Amino acid sequence: MDTIKGGDFRSREANVHRLAQVSVNIIDQMVAQGVPFAREYGGLLDNRSFGGAQVSRTFYARGQTGQQLLLGAYQQLARQIGLGGVRLFNRTELIDVVTVDGRCAGIVVRDLLTGEIQSHAAHAVVLATGGYGNVFFLSTNAMNCNVTATWRAHRRGALFANPCYTQIHPTCIPQSDEFQSKLTLMSESLRNDGRVWVPKKAGDSRPAHEIPEDERDYYLERLYPSYGNLAPRDISSRAAKRLVDKGHGVGPLKNGVNLDFSAAIARLGRDVVEERYGNLFEMYERIAGEDPYKTPMRIYPATHYTMGGVWVDYELQTTIPGLYATGEANFSDHGANRLGASALMQGLADGYFVLPYTISNGLAPLLNKSIPTTDHPAFKEAENEAKARFSGYLSTNGKRSPDWFHRELGKIIWDYCGMERTREGLQKALADLPALYQEFKTDLRVTGDLESTNQTLEKAGRVDDFFQLGMAMCQDALTREESCGAHFRSEYQTEDGEAQRNDQDFCHVAAWEWTGDAMKPNRHTEELVFENAHLATRSYK
Amino acid sequence: MSHLKNLTLKVWRQKGPQDAGHFENYTIEEISDEASFLEMLDVLNERLINDGKEAVVFDHDCREGICGTCSLMINGVAHGPKKATTTCQLHMRSFASGDTIVIEPWRATAFPVIKDLMVDRSAFDRIIEAGGFITAPTGGAPDANLIPIPKPVADAAMDSAQCIGCGACVAACPNGAANLFTAAKISHLNFLPQGQPERFKRTEAMVETMDEYFGSCTNHGECSAACPKEISIDVIALMNKDYRAAKVKNRKELSR
Repeated sequence: MDTIKGGDFRSREANVHRLAQVSVNIIDQMVAQGVPFAREYGGLLDNRSFGGAQVSRTFYARGQTGQQLLLGAYQQLARQIGLGGVRLFNRTELIDVVTVDGRCAGIVVRDLLTGEIQSHAAHAVVLATGGYGNVFFLSTNAMNCNVTATWRAHRRGALFANPCYTQIHPTCIPQSDEFQSKLTLMSESLRNDGRVWVPKKAGDSRPAHEIPEDERDYYLERLYPSYGNLAPRDISSRAAKRLVDKGHGVGPLKNGVNLDFSAAIARLGRDVVEERYGNLFEMYERIAGEDPYKTPMRIYPATHYTMGGVWVDYELQTTIPGLYATGEANFSDHGANRLGASALMQGLADGYFVLPYTISNGLAPLLNKSIPTTDHPAFKEAENEAKARFSGYLSTNGKRSPDWFHRELGKIIWDYCGMERTREGLQKALADLPALYQEFKTDLRVTGDLESTNQTLEKAGRVDDFFQLGMAMCQDALTREESCGAHFRSEYQTEDGEAQRNDQDFCHVAAWEWTGDAMKPNRHTEELVFENAHLATRSYK
Repeated sequence: MSHLKNLTLKVWRQKGPQDAGHFENYTIEEISDEASFLEMLDVLNERLINDGKEAVVFDHDCREGICGTCSLMINGVAHGPKKATTTCQLHMRSFASGDTIVIEPWRATAFPVIKDLMVDRSAFDRIIEAGGFITAPTGGAPDANLIPIPKPVADAAMDSAQCIGCGACVAACPNGAANLFTAAKISHLNFLPQGQPERFKRTEAMVETMDEYFGSCTNHGECSAACPKEISIDVIALMNKDYRAAKVKNRKELSR
């Protein structure tokens, strides 16, 4: 229920139900694989609470649960590699998906060390290639995250669903200068014990400890008394943005809000706080140069997760038979907003407990049947297209680096398709984007060569795809004339500034079809039917 | 926010694994002290591209100290001057105007240079593939609370599990040994009850795979000092103890 409500009734009910069902197996499986989850003194698993949930039910491994789960999965993969069951191609990037007679026949990849372009034929292809948050340039995603794999699949016929659903995470360290390359996420778990506040007086420049209690605005506790500091991510983010926009921001650039641990330290003692969040506090001190045990942390929202992705059916198959998408790469489970820890849950559920069962339905009819080899003309055609694309970036000989274009693209998307969207803003973005994209095609400068490691060239390919995705995001945001979850259109809000859904017209998934022109995709819809949950206004008050 | 002026960078440039490589000097006229070390390299690269020159290749990904991808010797120190900090989390405030900064890739036989500052660390993968896992096929896992794990044990396993596999320990070691990495991975699993059935087999396989690629440990302790996750050198002693026991145990099992 929390997941459906958190996703503002824009997720598929059956998928969420299945996710909840298999989620319990995940913890058992991970513990068996040696993931060191936190334990109580009695030796049983410890829990804590997370944004959007009113009870403590999230298992954790200090402030690095995701990393530990990743290492656990990596160890299992390494075991299969050691046994010879899996072959891993390190430093290789997927650059196209190949279809033959409407079925996915394989992929085209580029070796990032030698530039060699190669094909692999297969009965089925699974895209587990993550989300597209880096379209914003500044995000909490790792620098190499990109949309290329899913976007190239989209260009080959896979529908791309709900691209405008992008989540802004409330607890990141604010931007500190113009060269900033990424924003650092502080785990959301901090909101368990930290209290969020801003000075009541706009423009107040006093240091936090000089602002007396009655001049502080603990706005999340004030606005959402039942969830308080644990209100869902989209709600917390927008509340922070509004106050910062009104001049209540803190820090040298007045671009953050306080996350204060003094009450928790007084209540629980420094030891307990250190044990729960020690590594996060250290990380903050390294980056911001301030000690959060003494002064409040400064936080501000940043792009973190993308709920949209390749459209998949209940079996995680895309609209191209034989092509599957899992985890953040697909769109299926989070609706318009994702709750804390749910990305880990979905990624692991899809990979461990869903796809292994559903993919066999697709593979069974192919038993003992031969598949097109990489000599098939479709592969050669895709390889040649890819070769032309990459040598094209090198021979453009313009003046601007791929990073420059990425930064400009990010600014447009953040300003007009970020936390708050308007019709005029989106129309402006849709006018600016094609112009900038045209400039990208004619004024790009990539140095280096095709035959050895060339990170500038890699980046150019990714930025190219981000441009096309950006246009799709804005069109999706423009046509979804309602506010739901993380998609907030200023025209559609309640009197007290909350998201106003339009279930009559928009209780559906918007799945876009590539037509050859990024500005003219076709919109398809999938109705969302709720058999058990009842459409209700999402309230966290 | 203040700015640093006139930094001289001596950066290792090497076209490929076969190239001899050389240092090249660059000057950064001005950079904010809030910038991270890698952002400073971004600025350098942007300028090189504008000048029509090839950008410096360096490994990086998460830029928040958890992926273990970044890997630079900064003034001869793995991950630079700040304790318990990866290169990506090192900020320019650790330097002063007018400084000369020497930037090199990890130096170790087991980590051949791919290009410029990027090295190949797949020898680490070989060690994990040899036994750095618990054999637990998907499906039949028992309830996670069936085996209680005392809190100190879970905490100790977690301390070891923090290893991000960056390779700073190898780069810092005068012998190019990977004992701290291998011991962290082994002790993470060997501490846990779930790791007991394969404990000695794992230790033997991983230690011997490590020996194929890396140098030998002579207890310098440089590894632990360079480790961005502050993994204690104690884990190496635990690994050696288990390795010794493994040689006896496994032989016993064989003779049975």
